[in-house]
Amino acid sequence: MSPTSQPGDRGVDKATRAAAPQARPVLSVRNLAKAFGSNVVLRDIDLDVRRGNVVALIGPSGSGKTTVLRSLNGLETPDAGTVTFADTATGTDLALDFSAKVSKKNVSDLRDRSAMVFQHYNLFPHMTVLENVIEGPVQVQKRKRAEAIADAEKLLARVGLSDKRDAYPFELSGGQQQRVGIVRALALKPQLLLFDEPTSALDPELVGEVLGVIQELAEEGWTMVIVTHELAFARQVADEVIFMDGGVVVERGPAAEVLRAPRQDRTRQFVRRLLHEF
Amino acid sequence: MPFNWDLVWSSFVPIVTGAVTGTIPLTLASFVLGLALALLVALMRLSRTAVVSGAARFYVSVIRGTPLLVQLFVIFYGLPSLGVKLDPWPSAIIAFSLNVGGYAAEVIRAAILSVPKGQWEAGHTIGMSKGQALRRIILPQAARVSVPPLSNTFISLVKDTSLASLILVTELFRNAQQIAAFSQEFMVLYLEAALVYWVICLALSTGQSALEKRLDRYVAH
Repeated sequence: MSPTSQPGDRGVDKATRAAAPQARPVLSVRNLAKAFGSNVVLRDIDLDVRRGNVVALIGPSGSGKTTVLRSLNGLETPDAGTVTFADTATGTDLALDFSAKVSKKNVSDLRDRSAMVFQHYNLFPHMTVLENVIEGPVQVQKRKRAEAIADAEKLLARVGLSDKRDAYPFELSGGQQQRVGIVRALALKPQLLLFDEPTSALDPELVGEVLGVIQELAEEGWTMVIVTHELAFARQVADEVIFMDGGVVVERGPAAEVLRAPRQDRTRQFVRRLLHEF
Repeated sequence: MPFNWDLVWSSFVPIVTGAVTGTIPLTLASFVLGLALALLVALMRLSRTAVVSGAARFYVSVIRGTPLLVQLFVIFYGLPSLGVKLDPWPSAIIAFSLNVGGYAAEVIRAAILSVPKGQWEAGHTIGMSKGQALRRIILPQAARVSVPPLSNTFISLVKDTSLASLILVTELFRNAQQIAAFSQEFMVLYLEAALVYWVICLALSTGQSALEKRLDRYVAH
């Protein structure tokens, strides 16, 4: 895999990017809040993601991390807060303020900038692998079918699924389905990849193949936000780890610091519990 | 009483003609229009706007809560008193379409709801609008679920069209009735009519199996 072959890295490899003075973050979230009825799931969440960085959201279930992720893709509508995408190409930022009513156009623009990989894959069962991958590019982005197929075949080859292009999802293992899920997201050429517990539904022996693909994407310089319970994986790929509990950010920092030497008691307990689980 | 085989043969042509020029086109036209109406009503039922879903609910309730024969009579014999005079055929097609619309709407609504929410989300995440996700992702999957119950509706409709004989539509059963009245051989003619309905329904059941098989190709067995 060539480290500069994908749109996510904008032709700059990770070392160069790290050395360069950091520009504005590509994604900024401020004061995000959300309640389902009387159940407050998010209070005052801030998040910055720089181009080429990987942010891991960790925390116990019910901590709100998935809701944050889903808000970034317009699958949840927060009650308050702002989400801003810096647009270096046009110079015009996309800014959504959820305190007011957000237009359909804005939500659709937000979705155009990111792509989601789901815990349960959510492949389209009535379409073959190839059809799943080209559906967005052809139907939504109106790209030429032949071009979309060529791209899809390249991406499928990268994740070792060339021979499955005409298979239906039910014919694939969970790990293969999730790799197709990742390819379907990549095919949209998003600025940001979102992963919602991408390995939680997998049999243990299939986790590795999916994490391997995600790690390669990280090395290539894709910008990603990952909700995960795989702490060892988070330590390996994430530039920043954010620990959430009870709808707030409890602790954030470089992966090694947060996971190896947490400052907060709650983080320490959580990390210890997960590591000692086995 | 010897069975009147000569009459069976001589009545066969008018009865089958009644099926081909009456029963079958009436069924097809009503089913196609009824399905289109049902899809609309199903989507209205799923609407978050109370007035819209309420209107759809009311429609389904009226259709399911009143006899088809009465609906047919209201349209053919009742509407003229309001100045709306319809010929037998349009009356029959309207009545049967409205009826199918009511029953199939519930089937389609349930089928749409049976598609996991994650499928809508996956559609949205690749950038689809609600309409696009419905058309490309949800309805094809809902179709598979709704084929068995819709086949029921379809087969019932074939038989229900015999009621159109009562508003003077020339179809299978009306032809049988007329020959029976003329020849006074009621048993022969009505059994023959029953047999022809049965054959049509057998053919439809075979079609249903083939369609189910085709739609099941992407499901684990």
